[in-house]
Amino acid sequence: MTSQISGFKQNTLTSMNTVYTLWLREMIRFRRSKSRIIGSLATPMFFLVILGTAFNSSFQMKGGTGQTDISFLAPGIIGMSILFSSLTGGVSIIWEREFGFLKEILIAPVSRFFVALGKALGGVTTAMIQGTLIMLIAFALGVEYQSYLGMVASMGVMLLIGLGFIGLGIALASHIESHEGFQMIMTFITMPVLLLSGAFFRIGDLPSWMKILVYLDPLTYGIMALRFTLIGETEIPINICLAVLVFFAATTIGLGGYMFGKAKV
Amino acid sequence: MNTPAIETFDLTRRFDDLVAVDKISLRIEQGELFGLLGPNGAGKTTLINMLSTMIPPSDGRAEVWGIDVRANPSRVRQNIGVVFQGTTLDDKMTGRENLDLHGRLYGLSKNLRKQRINEVLELVELGDKAEVLVKTYSGGMMRRLEIARGLMHHPRVLFLDEPTLGLDPQTRNHIWDYIKRLNREENVTIMLTTHYMEEADQLCERIAIIDHGSIKALDTPENLKNALGGDVVGLGTENESQASVLCDLYNKNGSAGNVHYKDSNVLITIQDGTHQIPHLLKLAAEAGITILSVDLHRPTLDDVFLSHTGRDIRMEETSDMDRITYKLQGRRR
Repeated sequence: MTSQISGFKQNTLTSMNTVYTLWLREMIRFRRSKSRIIGSLATPMFFLVILGTAFNSSFQMKGGTGQTDISFLAPGIIGMSILFSSLTGGVSIIWEREFGFLKEILIAPVSRFFVALGKALGGVTTAMIQGTLIMLIAFALGVEYQSYLGMVASMGVMLLIGLGFIGLGIALASHIESHEGFQMIMTFITMPVLLLSGAFFRIGDLPSWMKILVYLDPLTYGIMALRFTLIGETEIPINICLAVLVFFAATTIGLGGYMFGKAKV
Repeated sequence: MNTPAIETFDLTRRFDDLVAVDKISLRIEQGELFGLLGPNGAGKTTLINMLSTMIPPSDGRAEVWGIDVRANPSRVRQNIGVVFQGTTLDDKMTGRENLDLHGRLYGLSKNLRKQRINEVLELVELGDKAEVLVKTYSGGMMRRLEIARGLMHHPRVLFLDEPTLGLDPQTRNHIWDYIKRLNREENVTIMLTTHYMEEADQLCERIAIIDHGSIKALDTPENLKNALGGDVVGLGTENESQASVLCDLYNKNGSAGNVHYKDSNVLITIQDGTHQIPHLLKLAAEAGITILSVDLHRPTLDDVFLSHTGRDIRMEETSDMDRITYKLQGRRR
């Protein structure tokens, strides 16, 4: 009995060590890629400033709660950035396969599930750093958040969104052998998921066929939750949002870990 | 009696219809520096992939340090180091970071990692490059770092898949020195694959000649060469059909030795070759075959390979450059 317990403890320690190692690697690489950080901030900023200004001057949002349009837009842009960086983080396994590093991980005497988990946590950390930076820059640009507590809470939402999409990315990348496949993913997943999520508009007035698609999009619930925490507005009750996000993250991380475990070199 | 470092029993691997490794049984003792010599596609990498638990065998079984590769892959992995054919380094990290990451994955403590990193860096003489990003390394340096990394966790067996593929001759000699040294100083059993004759000859204590998935011969390079017996006499004729005729003639005249032809050349392995040359020239003259050149040498591994497989391994090397060019192109994004 005692040996079982110590064996379990040993396994847990080893697993945590694997997760930490892979997380650490992502952090080291992130710190090195300054141009990537700047690039990842620039795109959302263009969206926020240009789109925000355009919305403001060209048409009036219906059913608004008195928020300026740039404030309405900010949570959507943060969600978009989390979507991009977490999906990219997940599918980076394709690069690792192509450049050989994947073999170094797969030959190590560690559980592949925890390798995938470590990679996911590393990618999510990067995504959250980017999302938080965008949140702060937007704040400096005049976006009005409801409270500091809400700003902190929004980071929890970013974590859930990030985990969900990074798990999806890992699951897909485990079975895609080339970077042509990667381009396909980026086009056929990112764009519909982003545009249907309500990041740029309110979903109340949409035609019903489109509403169905919007409700099927997991990012919708992320954007709503971000909007709730940051500006106190949501079109879907927050507990439903959180429940969907937790379910989505748990499912894709489980799937990603499983698929990665079966991945070929 | 000691547990063998590696032992296989009718080990087989099929890919659809192709039998890549066909019932290979071999035994490698602890501390050996063993080479698998064969052309590209002979099944060397597949054999190493099975022994290192990267792919499961289709049939038969294999043990590394007494541990079954199929039953207990994780324990096998703890006891082996693998240096793959292409690079598997993270080129956005420094040499030291790559080694540290490896140490962490193999569960080495902080102090042990630090100590070990310095030891293996010294072994491959990369200490001064430790803090530099791997993407600035030359091909030879990357290979050395990879060998160092494979040693980090004190493996009992180190697998090296084509350790000098694509490196210039000078770098190749250096890598050989490192491999010999770590076999001696770290007391690690080494199994390497190569299709370079000189590499097998100069580096390995024993070699297995492998072709079409099975072992054709296995011994020390010296014994393999001696087994051919005496000298190799080479006669250049005008074309392949003449070479073929001369071969037949030689066999019919009840002469000793082993005779082959390749293209327009006839190769005869025989004791006391100098005294056979007049006899051969006479045979050729009688048949009206013009001899363009005569050559006499001690058998090389090329001759050994040719006599066991009927093919010349050098023919395979031409495709080598294509492969390397392809790999380099693949690396560019």
